[in-house]
Amino acid sequence: MSNQGPKTLFDKIWSEHLVGQREDGTNLLYIDRHLVHEVTSPQAFEGLKLSNRPVHRPEATIAVADHNVPTINRQNIEDPQSKIQVETLAKNTKEHGIQYFDLMDQRQGIVHIIGPEQGITQPGMTIVCGDSHTSTHGAFGALAFGIGTSEVEHVLATQTIVQNPAKNMRISVNGELPFGVNSKDLILYIIGQIGTAGGTGHVIEYAGSSIMGLSMEGRMTICNMSIEAGARAGLISPDQTTFNYIKGRPYAPGTEHWDQAVEYWSSLPSDNDANYDHEIVIDSSEIDPMVTWGTSPEDVVSVKGTVPNPSSAKTENKKKSIERSLEYMGLKPGTKITDIKLDKIFIGSCTNGRIEDLRKVASIVKDKKIASHVQAMIVPGSGLVKKQAEEEGIDIILKDAGFEWREAGCSMCLGMNPDQLKPGERCASTSNRNFEGRQGRGGRTHLMSPELAAASAITGNISDIRDFK
Amino acid sequence: MDKFHSLKGIAAPLPIVNIDTDMIIPKQFLKTIKRTGLGVSLFYEMRYDNDGNLIKDFVLNTSPFNQSKILVAGDNFGCGSSREHAPWSLKDFGIRCVISTSFADIFYNNCFQNGILPIVVSPENLDQLMTAAKNQIEFNIDLPEQIIKAGNHSINFEIEEFRKERLLQGLDDIGITLGYQDKINAYEEDKKNKKPWLFKDT
Repeated sequence: MSNQGPKTLFDKIWSEHLVGQREDGTNLLYIDRHLVHEVTSPQAFEGLKLSNRPVHRPEATIAVADHNVPTINRQNIEDPQSKIQVETLAKNTKEHGIQYFDLMDQRQGIVHIIGPEQGITQPGMTIVCGDSHTSTHGAFGALAFGIGTSEVEHVLATQTIVQNPAKNMRISVNGELPFGVNSKDLILYIIGQIGTAGGTGHVIEYAGSSIMGLSMEGRMTICNMSIEAGARAGLISPDQTTFNYIKGRPYAPGTEHWDQAVEYWSSLPSDNDANYDHEIVIDSSEIDPMVTWGTSPEDVVSVKGTVPNPSSAKTENKKKSIERSLEYMGLKPGTKITDIKLDKIFIGSCTNGRIEDLRKVASIVKDKKIASHVQAMIVPGSGLVKKQAEEEGIDIILKDAGFEWREAGCSMCLGMNPDQLKPGERCASTSNRNFEGRQGRGGRTHLMSPELAAASAITGNISDIRDFK
Repeated sequence: MDKFHSLKGIAAPLPIVNIDTDMIIPKQFLKTIKRTGLGVSLFYEMRYDNDGNLIKDFVLNTSPFNQSKILVAGDNFGCGSSREHAPWSLKDFGIRCVISTSFADIFYNNCFQNGILPIVVSPENLDQLMTAAKNQIEFNIDLPEQIIKAGNHSINFEIEEFRKERLLQGLDDIGITLGYQDKINAYEEDKKNKKPWLFKDT
């Protein structure tokens, strides 16, 4: 990548963070913020201890427990292993002087919800976390990506990471979003188009009027699932919507630096004639509300569609893959998506656990009852999201409709805590992965938007929000 | 880190595409605070039934594949989460090399942190190697020469030079970077002046 000529948003952030080149030819990239959680950090802290290395810049790191935490009783973690992991994080952060939001702190929540919520996430930053959904923070025009535990240790010890530049991909979505179609549908549609390896080796920049018209919450949903398209990160240009969101948050630049920061942030959007290795243009009028039918996030179909037939697959591998998914999901080819009956509804996760998501759900289920055969739960993304919802009376609406109202955490998105599907149970989920066993062994996941999940909770079948009254 | 130079042995065929990290090591095993002991839980849901008994016809439960050091798998291996528990469990089982047509970025990177060699081959070569694996033909992986030999097949593979060197020498990445401490400090001093808001403490 040359330093001359037009640059993409990614190129600009990259060159601003280059510390230098190591003798082996690799690049050292400076990391502005490091988010740490309980599952992928214990071995990293252990590694530091074994080699007697300090944390280079503890004040650039923030920690929270989210994956393992119970969403019902906060006082006691019953699973002894989960308990040890959470306690280990508390001990490690204390020992190294790292800020930690404990389980009783209202600021606790899913790491990718609280970063933006606290104003920690800012445009032009590099942000890493031992979690693949770190791509979420790209919604602010920050280069944010998931790393493994060895790299967590590397960042703790050096505040840098060894990286080579990614390729640039731009996906432009233009036009006004049709009724019933929102950011979750956009990203599911995109993954369906390019596949789960479509973004491998790339950073995807989302652009176009449909994207730039989204709220920060909607943009975060899009960037969050970039990893499901295989991309290293997702990015959206920072603009006034971004600045308005950040201003006044606890860790945002204060008044003394605000103008200077905004001036810099305003210089970040890609230059007009910047070059992309891949470009995709989508007309949003062709997008329906989307649902997954299989065990990969690329297995998407319009809610108006049907379960695919393996015999229509273009390759033998694809055919086998569809057959395997259908067997796992207990579905027959040709079944109408809206004929699929559900057992559980899960609304939450770093994809769709923000206040805007909860407001949408509340507006749909207000004065209605969930179907008698479904169990529905709502897990706010953070303690502050929960508090906000309660101040707005959203919790009352949801509880009246029959939803369980839980404490913040990752919960059934990955089922590390007690919130899991039983074998064969079918779930409408606003989370990000429908992998085999993800939400519980034998559990069957259909990914969709909060709007569709809300409508589906009421009818008990996967439902099209456009037909819902 | 353990070195990797060359490897000889039979390879386990796993002709499934999009093998994700939840399949490689399910969530319930992420509660450990150690890097070791995960091999017994590798591919847990494919290897064990609901009662925890071995599923006899799963490839890694059958002899001689239960001794495999090499895995041949379908496209996009290791997609999904960033959990390094995935390469830890492969390594603890004894697998030191995975061959596929493509790997998810984070998993690929995590392999090199743990002395595991992920090799990308063309779809045609993968088909040949999958057949060779099924037929229990001995594989010979030579990292210095960047060649896979299996029966009549001799397949060259690409690898970035720095990754190759790190595997061959088993280098400590953090130790190398700490050699650039002065540069890191200088970078920070420069940015403190130019972008002071970034140095507001968390």
